Amino acid sequence: MQDQDQLRELYRDLILEHARSPRHFGKLADATHCAEGINPLCGDKLKIYFQVDADQKITNAKFEGSGCAISVASASLLTETVIGLTTENAGLYFSAIVDLLADKPVQNKAKIDLGKLMALRGVREFPTRVKCATLAWHAFNSAIHQDATPATTE
Amino acid sequence: MSKPSSKISVLNDVDDISNRRADFPALRQQINDHPLVYLDSAASSQQPAIVIDTIADYQRHDHANVHRGVHTLSHRATEAYEGTRDDIASFINANNRHEVIFTSGTTESINLVAQSFCRPMLGAGDKILLTQLEHHSNIVPWQLVCEQTAAELLIVPIDNSGTIDTDELRQLLQSGVKMLAIAHVSNALGSIAPVKAIVEQAHSLGIPVLLDGAQAMPHMSVDVQDIGCDFYAFSGHKMFGPTGTGVLYGRESLLEAMPPYQGGGDMILEVRFDKTVYNDLPYKFEAGTPNISGMIGLGAAVRYLQAIGMDNVAAHEKRLLDYMTSQLAAVEGLRLIGTADNKASVQSFLLDDIHPHDLGTILDHQGVAIRTGHHCAMPVMEYFGIPGTARASLGLYNNEDDIDRLVAALAKAKTLFS
Repeated sequence: MQDQDQLRELYRDLILEHARSPRHFGKLADATHCAEGINPLCGDKLKIYFQVDADQKITNAKFEGSGCAISVASASLLTETVIGLTTENAGLYFSAIVDLLADKPVQNKAKIDLGKLMALRGVREFPTRVKCATLAWHAFNSAIHQDATPATTE
Repeated sequence: MSKPSSKISVLNDVDDISNRRADFPALRQQINDHPLVYLDSAASSQQPAIVIDTIADYQRHDHANVHRGVHTLSHRATEAYEGTRDDIASFINANNRHEVIFTSGTTESINLVAQSFCRPMLGAGDKILLTQLEHHSNIVPWQLVCEQTAAELLIVPIDNSGTIDTDELRQLLQSGVKMLAIAHVSNALGSIAPVKAIVEQAHSLGIPVLLDGAQAMPHMSVDVQDIGCDFYAFSGHKMFGPTGTGVLYGRESLLEAMPPYQGGGDMILEVRFDKTVYNDLPYKFEAGTPNISGMIGLGAAVRYLQAIGMDNVAAHEKRLLDYMTSQLAAVEGLRLIGTADNKASVQSFLLDDIHPHDLGTILDHQGVAIRTGHHCAMPVMEYFGIPGTARASLGLYNNEDDIDRLVAALAKAKTLFS
């Protein structure tokens, strides 16, 4: 049935696998950047930590908190993606993901390869869940810009 | 008001409540290729055609401002609007119609009591007693008044079933409490508080009581004089009426002594720059042009419920709740949250380690609407050490098939996440 296919598209094996065994889960004691992401409507809460070196390269990333399969998998994929990138390059992924999930044409001038992150695209068919998928990314964006207040999906 | 009743579907067969489902147009639709199963009435209930038609009829034929004009439309609007007040006074058995204050909902009703009744009498160190079960709307207004007066909140604990610890409540009442505010029915768990006994205990110590009745009104007969409470707050949109409508019932002697909550038109008798004379009850608390069409719609909802009979509603829902509880308990890996002995037809639960939001999406894809999350009752979630629950809540229009569909949808969720 079509709707079951849509559900499988949302809950792809890769998403479910990351939700069950999130990568880089926990607190990063010597983080240089950190931010909290809160979805006030549902109470999902993530805290995301980064270690950024003098060359603005992200050398480590971790996250902790609780959330649905989509938000946890998205945070897990985020940490996998950004480790090893400069904050500027990682920022390109933020913009690309937010555009992708908002179903806007992705302004992919830098020609980045979203790779595994494309697994999140099934969320586009579920407008009420887009915020789950972008929560960690908004927190990441706050962290690298060092905003004092928690990122929210609102 | 003109007489629209001839073209409004009239109640028939009121003895058979299972026929009432047909009165609700929104329930006759497909969601994601499945017939809708609506199990989110605790968040907001659907409206019967008679409410929708009454509002539309008023908008088409009778709209004008109330309490003002001498012209015909203003008279019709006022008659219909004030008719709702009589209907509600009779529905909750208020002593008189002046005790029924129209508000925008439970939230405004509670804020009104917090600011107009409590704030003037509170001082530093005074206590306001709430329970762990409260909805945020029966917590935050009291926190605001605590900030203003340096009063403090005390919280009655609950047990693992979601039942208020009434022994502890009795103890806490004796520690400088100036106000007791509790939910008649818990929105997250469905637990029904033994309100009559609690009010009696509080009154024996001279402590006034506000009951948050938002979740009680759609499920059971409420008699404010029998309960004996000082204030009773509820919302229209949880009892088959429109959003933006609500009521504060208050004991007349208390309301008389309270200052107005908001200033504006309609709540005055005479305005001069050196002195304004406030209007009498209930208008003293109803500043500005009210939600006229909404309150007229709520009147239709109340008459609809009265025709069915709240005892019939309660009996129907008791049967359904028992069925739902037994069916859910039989699902492997399902944990019921909220298992009090005395409950309204609301059931929170968790399934395996599937997050409630994921469950909500999977169920929606099978046409089953439930609420997921913290249900605006974060302290309840904190007590159970969980971020949220899935919650199925029933209304008079639900039936056994709805529950079978819920259980079947849960089985599919298990398969998807296995």
